[in-house]
Amino acid sequence: MKAALLQRINRDTTFGQAVYGVLESRMACIAGIVCVLLLLIAAFAPWLSPQNPYDLASLSILDGRLSPGEAGIDGNIYWAGTDGQGRDMLSAMMYGLRTSIGVGLLSGLFAMAVGTTLGLIAGYFGGWIDTLIMRVVDLMLGFPTILVALMLLAIMGQGVDKVILALVIVQWAYFARAVRATAVVERRKEYMEAALCLGLSHRRALFSQLLPNCIPPVIVIALIQIANAIAAEATLSFLGIGLPVTEPSLGLLIANGYQQMFAGHYWISVFPGLLLLILVFSMNIVGDRLREALNPRLQK
Amino acid sequence: MMAFIIRRFIQSLVVLLFTSVIVFLGVYAIGDPIEILVPADATQAEIAQAVHSLGLDLPLYQQYLKFLGNALHGDLGTSFVFNQPSIQLILQRLPATLELACVALLLSLVIGLPLGLLAGLKPDSTFDRVVMTGSILGFSLPNFWQGIMLVLIFSVTLGWLPSTGRGPVGEIFGITTGLASWEGIKHLILPALNLALFKIALIVRLTRSGVRETMPLDYVRFARAKGLRESRVILVHVLKNIMIPIVTVVGMEFGSLIAFATVTETIFAWPGVGKLIIDSIMKLDRPVVVAYLLIVVTLFIVLNLVVDIIYSLLDPRVRLGGAS
Repeated sequence: MKAALLQRINRDTTFGQAVYGVLESRMACIAGIVCVLLLLIAAFAPWLSPQNPYDLASLSILDGRLSPGEAGIDGNIYWAGTDGQGRDMLSAMMYGLRTSIGVGLLSGLFAMAVGTTLGLIAGYFGGWIDTLIMRVVDLMLGFPTILVALMLLAIMGQGVDKVILALVIVQWAYFARAVRATAVVERRKEYMEAALCLGLSHRRALFSQLLPNCIPPVIVIALIQIANAIAAEATLSFLGIGLPVTEPSLGLLIANGYQQMFAGHYWISVFPGLLLLILVFSMNIVGDRLREALNPRLQK
Repeated sequence: MMAFIIRRFIQSLVVLLFTSVIVFLGVYAIGDPIEILVPADATQAEIAQAVHSLGLDLPLYQQYLKFLGNALHGDLGTSFVFNQPSIQLILQRLPATLELACVALLLSLVIGLPLGLLAGLKPDSTFDRVVMTGSILGFSLPNFWQGIMLVLIFSVTLGWLPSTGRGPVGEIFGITTGLASWEGIKHLILPALNLALFKIALIVRLTRSGVRETMPLDYVRFARAKGLRESRVILVHVLKNIMIPIVTVVGMEFGSLIAFATVTETIFAWPGVGKLIIDSIMKLDRPVVVAYLLIVVTLFIVLNLVVDIIYSLLDPRVRLGGAS
């Protein structure tokens, strides 16, 4: 069945190549399914979760620190245990996943928009504009993500919007560098010459001609950067300088659980961490596969 | 060559000055440490007195110039919380962080190089797949969670290794280090492993792709044709060539180890600069935050500069590209 499916994919399009590349590898296939499942869980968390973990009325302190699989005072079974306030960890994780993926997606997409635009402009116009943009890119890439994010958050303070802004600032350069490299090559091709001869405006030449041909590297980087953004946000939240306690992401759940771990309540920290790991790992597997599938140098 | 170095040096200075403005403005313009530093029942006069003694009543640009002037004299302000010069606070804790970063770097080379080499020599073998999947796992494991798991497994469950603090320190060749005693080494193992894991994954990948790119080259075939033993071809001819990019990356990554040490130090209560900076951000201890950021940025700029210069010595194309 799989072979038949593979045959029917049109590999002339970037999308077709990407799908083919993922389907071809069993590991990437599984990872892709996991990604989609987690995305759905995050999207529908309020309807799927057994409990609203942040509705204090539905929590009972008597259910506090139940280990996984234990039944609560009203007979409900908590498959992932409960935390100190008697909150169902499974529900908390679903909501945490929602926050983590939300922040990751938003910052990844904003960074993609900013980075791709600047990369296109640098590659298209060349000259001093190119030099200026790429100098800033080099500068940004010279510092590790976590340090710059730390610096920005130390300056700006906590908050969802601030974390997203910090992540965009540290991530756009990756997109800009990759897009610029492709744009420089594409710029010299005949279709671009034709577009310019037709007298298209710079804007149309950039966005309707050059951009579609620079998409493959953007897809790969977007996936990997979203995974990185999710991990970075979790790290910052764990350090206590990321998201505020009112919007607990997976990182914050792990941090809360860390205090309880030494008393033997391992699940409060371990389960959210596993979920985070599965999420980031499967995104990276798919991204890695796409990188190979979309790399023209490695094409068979 | 000289022109290249001078230009890169001037660039570095500009970046440093620029960073100092951003850091200073950001940290001093946002947040009010007075609320935290004076007792809740302080009178208006006491607050004014505190503002004045901390120099917070001057115009911003004057505060900056004063700050810059002091900085050039090695004075980056006095910590609000510790009441000690912030630069002294950081220098006191820096050796612990450097020790951690050095051991982590060493670990990642000792583990990462052989794994990457073996995987690259047999591409698409089972060993290669396991190592490569393992390296993606290494990239994906959030640093802090991986640290927590190390604590859970080796400290809480098995009870083999301590999970907090640096342990006793001794002196080796005049350097104060935890490596001097077995107890100190035991304290170092988990944090160093935690910090190293990401770099192991990175070095594995670099080495593997280096080996794969180098093996089909003519000089390797020539070395074989000369009748050299395979071990000599790989360990001398191949390894030597792939070491150039690896050394470069290692140089750059040393800085990121210091940045990531904030996470490791928070988990393992390691008394280094990373833990200090997180505590200082929480307490709005601005002079310490400013001093840390400036010192780390300087460290980075120096590292990047050194790496660039070494690279231009090794590879003339970089130098020529910079001159055009």
